[in-house]
Amino acid sequence: MSTPPGTLRFTPDHEWVRRDGDIAVIGITDYAQSQLGDVVYVELPEPGRQLDKGSEAAVVESAKAASEVYAPVSGEVVEINQAITEEPAMVNADPVGEGWFLKVRLADPAELDGLMDQAAYDSFVAGLG
Amino acid sequence: MRRTPLHALHLAHGARLVPFAGYEMPVQYRAGILAEHLHTRRQAGLFDVSHMGQIRLRGGGAAAALEALAPGDFVGLAPARMRYSLLLAEGGGILDDLMVTRVEGGLFLVVNAARKTADIAHLRERLPPEIAVEPLADRALLALQGPQAAAVLERLARGINRLAFMTAAEIEIAGEPCFATRSGYTGEDGFEISVASERADALAQTLLTAPEVQLVGLGARDTLRLEAGLCLYGHDIGETTTPVAAGLSWTIGRRRRAEGGFPGAAAILRELAEGPPRRRVGIRPEGRAPAREGSAIIDHDGRGLGHVTSGGFGPSVGGPIAMGYVETRSAAAGSALALVVRGIARPARIVPLPFVPHRYHRPSTGAPA
Repeated sequence: MSTPPGTLRFTPDHEWVRRDGDIAVIGITDYAQSQLGDVVYVELPEPGRQLDKGSEAAVVESAKAASEVYAPVSGEVVEINQAITEEPAMVNADPVGEGWFLKVRLADPAELDGLMDQAAYDSFVAGLG
Repeated sequence: MRRTPLHALHLAHGARLVPFAGYEMPVQYRAGILAEHLHTRRQAGLFDVSHMGQIRLRGGGAAAALEALAPGDFVGLAPARMRYSLLLAEGGGILDDLMVTRVEGGLFLVVNAARKTADIAHLRERLPPEIAVEPLADRALLALQGPQAAAVLERLARGINRLAFMTAAEIEIAGEPCFATRSGYTGEDGFEISVASERADALAQTLLTAPEVQLVGLGARDTLRLEAGLCLYGHDIGETTTPVAAGLSWTIGRRRRAEGGFPGAAAILRELAEGPPRRRVGIRPEGRAPAREGSAIIDHDGRGLGHVTSGGFGPSVGGPIAMGYVETRSAAAGSALALVVRGIARPARIVPLPFVPHRYHRPSTGAPA
């Protein structure tokens, strides 16, 4: 079973990924941004870098602390969202839209099938209290 | 986990509570750290700092006795005046930093939450038996900080605006008997208000009815004090730092420099004369990446100069700021260096402290700064 284009998938580390053909758009969830609080800095990888699923893809810092963003899927970084490095508050304002982090060319689309769908992620977050 | 008398108020205002020095404390409210920080700089922020230790030293000789443990001139402290000071270890390291106010029949101390148990034991052990060390466990402590703090309080306590920076008064605020000092930990004008625990919630609610006042959590308290260049005990100062290295030589009174008689006096006075081997400095990273506590400070050859002791994003500065210790010969303002963040050396520069000018209320000088 494959993940249809446009659907969101989620990791237990609160990254989201949206498939768009052979490209995956990656960001952090609304829950993640609310837990972080005000985002003041984002560090993104260089385009062209190969990311392995689960490896560190980006860094996001709030007023309090720094956190890693892990690659939910493997692939080559093809685009980064420069706008959030200039205006990190966009990550708080629109985490699943304008606040996206990076795009990768999917090395193995089947990796998406191992991630949570919206309902599974929502109940995962609900369970975090 | 202990709670302050304002616990219910925190919950009602959407506080995110975190463990801090054995207390459940609000790190932020719904507005968030950036908004709370900026609100304090523009209007007035209300902080619950009831976790801090309030201690009364009772006895006519309290001021002279405390001089054996800290380098301040307390004997020369006029009634209702206060000083920032340091409890020192025998080697000259810092056991805690504290506020010392001259009150009727003794001194009133405010010490750090994480240190209060140790401080009380230290004071009881070292002070002569005729000086009573009385922890005021039944009192809350509120801080109202920011350029509108005085105007807000003047409406509730006529005459309070006559207090100058670093002075104190017993005063009724909105009908509640309080002990207020014109002091704080933000670099702004403001007050710290000691009030009976059972009256703290009512007082806080009254203060919050003022349109200028908003609750501010410990997250913004930290960014405000860092921008103001103020030390955080256990981070910027501690048992391995001396007052001289920390840039706190000004806490050593002139008479105390001449007479000594405080712990570590020999080492500290020698360091004062010869200069410390390392010094606390302000650092501005050139890029946007904050350098957190523990980041290595290196020179352009990659040689280690020291470490960051406090670092983060300064909301009023609009960029990353840090404090740390470097070798004295590399400590001049303007010096270029680098901070190692996630394995990458990032250019930075030593700058004078504070990052944001202090705006204390000093009517005698007439100067706004």
